[in-house]
Amino acid sequence: MSEEERDTQHLPAPSLWPIGFAVGVACILVGLVISVPALIVGAVIALVFGFLWVRDLMRAHPVTAAAPGAPAAAPVVTHADVGDNVDRATFLSLATIGVSGLIGAGVTLPVLGFGVLPSFVGDGVETHDVDLGPITNFPEGQYMIATYLENPEQGEVSRRTAFIRNNGSTDAGVPSFTAIFSRCVHLGCPVQPNGPIDEQAKQEVNGVELLPVLAASFGCPCHGGLYDSEGNRSAGPPVRSLDRYEFSIKDGNLILGRLFSVGHVEGVGATARIQKYYMAYPGVHVDGIESWLYPIPTPGSTG
Amino acid sequence: MAATARRQQLQDVALAPLDWVEERSGLVGYTKWFLFRKVPRDITWSQTLGSAALTAFIVQATTGVFLAMFYKPDPVNAYASIQSITEDVTLGWLVRGMHKWGASVFIILMFFHMARAFLFGAYKYPRELNWILGVLLLVSGMAEGFTGYLLPWDNTSYWATVVGININATGPFVGPFLAQFLQGGLSIGPDTLPKFYALHMLVLPGAIMALIGLHLYLVVRLGVSSPPWSRSAAGRERPEAAAGRDGVGEPTTEGESA
Repeated sequence: MSEEERDTQHLPAPSLWPIGFAVGVACILVGLVISVPALIVGAVIALVFGFLWVRDLMRAHPVTAAAPGAPAAAPVVTHADVGDNVDRATFLSLATIGVSGLIGAGVTLPVLGFGVLPSFVGDGVETHDVDLGPITNFPEGQYMIATYLENPEQGEVSRRTAFIRNNGSTDAGVPSFTAIFSRCVHLGCPVQPNGPIDEQAKQEVNGVELLPVLAASFGCPCHGGLYDSEGNRSAGPPVRSLDRYEFSIKDGNLILGRLFSVGHVEGVGATARIQKYYMAYPGVHVDGIESWLYPIPTPGSTG
Repeated sequence: MAATARRQQLQDVALAPLDWVEERSGLVGYTKWFLFRKVPRDITWSQTLGSAALTAFIVQATTGVFLAMFYKPDPVNAYASIQSITEDVTLGWLVRGMHKWGASVFIILMFFHMARAFLFGAYKYPRELNWILGVLLLVSGMAEGFTGYLLPWDNTSYWATVVGININATGPFVGPFLAQFLQGGLSIGPDTLPKFYALHMLVLPGAIMALIGLHLYLVVRLGVSSPPWSRSAAGRERPEAAAGRDGVGEPTTEGESA
């Protein structure tokens, strides 16, 4: 046995497989605590990488293991091959970088997910039904300004304003209301009814403030958007018609439900035909070629 | 003679602590090396706009730290806490005023600094990367302004932020998601204010400090560029100046071949 051979034959071939094996074992341990699928995945990883590791070891030393009397050149060649791929220092550097990267990812990804993912799954987008009181409070053919807290737990920050008009009955004899949300569909400022407000007739019905107003149009103070009595844009920068509420009538009370966006309204009052879309942000087109710029509905608006 | 010796003695006593630090850290030497660098002989006051912007940022950071001790970032208490800082806290009006007006000063100085770099051609090779870092600093500074504007939680800041967020929402493809990230829902809600506060006092200042570090590293490494009218460029005499000509913009053939 030459000096060279003795130096080389006990050196295990550098290999990345043990790292994968270790990840698999870690995954098994975590899986034992929290979930069966993780356990299975960990077992598969550990088995695959363990097999590859053992196979590499078998390949690296077949000559020394099987035939001690074989030509002395064989192990040296094996060592040279391995050295060409990855030497010990490079392997250790790569392993350190890799493990640090794994630890870094393990810390960063959950935090990033916590910070960003809620916005993409629609957390905090749920709407609450609001009871506006008996429909007899809404005189036919006149707009009422209804101010309410959408979520009383959140306090003033959830104060919203709706413009409600009783349209009487449809041809089918069903009660009809126009329920418009005051948020301007240009950039979200509060739209105001253009007409005298009857402060004397102010009512307070279970936390909702009702004010009659003689309005045939709505205007936005921020950038001059102007809407007609059905909420269609008549002037200024808005890109669609004013958003509306779904509504229902329960025990004679008017209940405001989910918000939806409106492309355009044909006709007036009880006979109007409303092009209804999922709730969209102000300034976002819901119809026409420009709507292609917003292919994905806002999370939480569709559910 | 005795007076000189006494003076020397005093100087040694005064410098002893600095020598102690220098011997153990080398920090005094590094600081001198950082502060007393060679610059072109014909630089002007306009080259100090970057330092001015840095000073404005330091003022913002310092006053911001102390405002944060009294500010309450939730919808119920925010407005009242701002009122209390302005009316009740000793010198609170001054610190808040410095932070409020300093914000505009910071942005304005960054623009002047950028104009100087542009007009002097200081963005050219090898300083392109520093221009890019400067643009990132400008964007981060503007984001600081946007997030800070909401914090007083009065009607101006509320509706300005509504409009600002909805402008973000009109961005193609990602706009609605960006708006939803910023306000945590379909409209400004109770989560919006703490989120803006965290961005304003942790995320963005951290980014700005890191970017300033890189920006200054490149300034030290690459040196200050000469003004366009300089007779010496990058520490060397211009060829046309060497040939005894007036120089700027004049074509030279001898200079180039030399």
